[in-house]
Amino acid sequence: MSDKLLEIKDLRVSFFTPVGEVKAVNGIDYSLGYNEVMGIVGESGSGKSVEAYAIMSLLQSPGRIVGGSVLFEGEDITKYDAKQMTDVRGNKISMIFQNPMTCLNPVYTIGDQLVEALTCHNSSISKQDAKKRAIEMLDLVGINNAEKRFNQYPHEFSGGMRQRAMIAMALICNPKLLIADEPTTALDVTIQAQIIELMKDLQKKTDMSIIFITHNLGVVAEICDKVTVMYAGHVLEQGAVNDIFYTPQHPYTRGLLRSMPRLDSENQDRMIPIEGTPVDLLDPPRGCSFGPRCEHCMKICLQNVPPLVEIGENGHVSACWLHVRQAAEKKEAK
Amino acid sequence: MEQEREKLLEIHKLRKYFPVKTGFLRKGYVQAVQDVSLHIFKGETLGIVGESGCGKTTLGRTILRLYEPTCGRIVYNGETIFDSEKKIAVKMLPYCRKIQLIFQDPSASLDPRMTVGEIVGEALDIHKLCSSKAERCSRISKLLEDVGLNSEHANRFPHEFSGGQQQRIGIARALAVEPEFIICDEPISALDVSIQSQVINMLEDLQKDRGLTYLFIAHDLSVVRHISNRIGVMYLGCLVELAESYELCNAPIHPYTQTLLSAVPLPDPEKNKKRKRILLEGDIPSPLNPPSGCRFHTRCPYAMPICSEKEPEFKEYSPGHFAACHKLDME
Repeated sequence: MSDKLLEIKDLRVSFFTPVGEVKAVNGIDYSLGYNEVMGIVGESGSGKSVEAYAIMSLLQSPGRIVGGSVLFEGEDITKYDAKQMTDVRGNKISMIFQNPMTCLNPVYTIGDQLVEALTCHNSSISKQDAKKRAIEMLDLVGINNAEKRFNQYPHEFSGGMRQRAMIAMALICNPKLLIADEPTTALDVTIQAQIIELMKDLQKKTDMSIIFITHNLGVVAEICDKVTVMYAGHVLEQGAVNDIFYTPQHPYTRGLLRSMPRLDSENQDRMIPIEGTPVDLLDPPRGCSFGPRCEHCMKICLQNVPPLVEIGENGHVSACWLHVRQAAEKKEAK
Repeated sequence: MEQEREKLLEIHKLRKYFPVKTGFLRKGYVQAVQDVSLHIFKGETLGIVGESGCGKTTLGRTILRLYEPTCGRIVYNGETIFDSEKKIAVKMLPYCRKIQLIFQDPSASLDPRMTVGEIVGEALDIHKLCSSKAERCSRISKLLEDVGLNSEHANRFPHEFSGGQQQRIGIARALAVEPEFIICDEPISALDVSIQSQVINMLEDLQKDRGLTYLFIAHDLSVVRHISNRIGVMYLGCLVELAESYELCNAPIHPYTQTLLSAVPLPDPEKNKKRKRILLEGDIPSPLNPPSGCRFHTRCPYAMPICSEKEPEFKEYSPGHFAACHKLDME
C-alpha cells in the first residue's frame, strides 16, 4: 500500500455541450496523504467543483471523464462500475456541499436520513444501534438536544445547524476522505467560524483527510495544510500553506493575494486588481490559460501550455514559463 | 476638514416592520429595522455590515422609500422627505434623481429583454434629461465608457456579458441621472475575487471624479473596511456600533463587533494560529420575535441581568464612536 490516500493523475473532464466541448478540468495532477487537509482554491469556472464530482463519479451528462485516473488507496476508482462505486461513495469517500438545504431531503427527518446513510453501507446493523450511532454523531457535531433533533425535519434547522447535520451524515461511516465543496460559502461569518472550528476538531479526532474546496483564501489559511490553486481547469500552483501565502510564485496566486482587501493590514491604499475577465472555457487561450491576463506574459505563454515544475521545498510546484527556465538551471547546478 | 462635514442624509429612529401571518387570524411583525439613527456626510462612504437578516438591505431600501418606513424621520440635504410624527411623505421622483441604488445580483437586476442601451437610457427618459436622440445616444456611450465598457456594447443584451461587466452596466444605469448619493447594496459579493477589486477601484474613482456619497452595504468586513470612511455594524435590525473604520476595526467596543472581527478568517496562516477567536453560541434569533432588552444578550459572552430587561441606548462614547451596550455604561 502506498503512503498516498488519493492520487490524481492527468485527470481530464469535459462537458459536451451543443456549442462545443468545454474542458472543465484539463489534466490535473496531485496527491493527498493520510490525515492531510488540502485546500483547492479558484474562481468560479476554474473546475474545482467538477474535479471533486469526478472523484465521486457524480458527473452528470453531458459531462464525463475523458482521461486520467483517480487512485484511491492504490486503486483506480474511475474504472469502478456503479455498484462498486456505491460502496466507496459515502463509505470511504464522503462529500458535503455548499447549500445544505438543497442536499437534505425535506420530507424525511434528519434522523431518518442519518440512519439511511448508515444502513446503506452496513446492512447488518440493527435499528436501535443505527439510531444510537446517529444520535452520537449529532452530538459530536455540536447539535444540542440530539435526541429531540433526531426527529425533526430539515426546515426546523437553521443554516448552520443543517450544515452540521450534513457533516454528521458525511462522517457517520467513518470515511477516510471528506470532500467539502464550499461548505461555508452560504453561511455568515460567525457561523462560518463555528463550522471551521468544528471541522478542524473533527479532523483531529477522526484522522481523516479533507479536500476543502473554496474561493475564500482566508478559510484556506485557517484550515489547510496544502493548497492547490486552480484556474480554467489547470493547476497553476501547489504547495504547503505557508509557502503559498508567504512566498507565492505564480503570477496568478500573487495577483489574487494582492487584490484582496485585508482586515489585518494598516495599508489601505488602492487595491491592485488582476486585469481582464475570466476565461471563456468554450474558447480557451492556446497557451497558458492565465496568459492573456498576466502582467509578465511572454511570447511563449500565448503558444504553449507551461508544465508543472518544482520550485521549492515540500512539493511547491508552479506552472509558469517564468519558472521553467529557473527550474532547469537549478537542475543543471545540482 | 470641519467645514466640509456637511450632512447629506440624516435618519432618525427609522423603523421598518413587515407584517406577516403567524397563524390563523394572527398577525406578527418582522422587525427588520429597529430605531436606527445615523447621518452621512457629503462625499464620504458609510459602510454598513452585518450578517444575513440583520436588516442592512432593508435599511438601504427604506432610506430610498422603496419600502415605506413604519416610523421615523428621513432628512435629505436639509429637506424632510419622511416624518411619521408630522405626517410628511413627499413624492420621491425628484429625489430618485439624486439617490440611486446598485444591486447585489447584476444578472437579476437587468431586464434580459432590454439592450444595455435601453437599460441605461431608461432613466434618462423617465427624468427627461435628453432633448434629442443624438444627445441621448452620446450620453449612453459616455456612461458606458466611464464604467470601462465600450460604446458598441449598447446594442447587446445583458446575457452576453460576464458578471463583472453586468455589474458595470448596473453602475452605469445608476450614474445615468447624475446622482449625488448612491446606495450600494452588496455590489461585489456576487463577483469573483479577481473581479471584485476592479469594481471597488472603479467605485472609488467615480467617487473622486464626481464627488459621490456612498452608503456601502456588505457582509464582508475587509471590503467594507477598505472602501469606507466610517462603518456601522448592525445586528437584528439595530445599529450596535458606529465609528471611523480604522477605529472600529482596531478598537471595537461592542461585544458583537469584537466577535464579528475575530470571526473573519485572515489570509495568513500564522496569524490565524496566534489569534484568539470569540465563538458565539447558536444562531441569530428570529426577527419575528426578537429577544427583549438588548437584542444581542442571548449570545453575548458578557450578558448581565440588565441586558435582558432594558434596551441599551445608542450613544457616543468617544468623539465619533457610537455604541449601544450596557456593559460600557458600567465602566
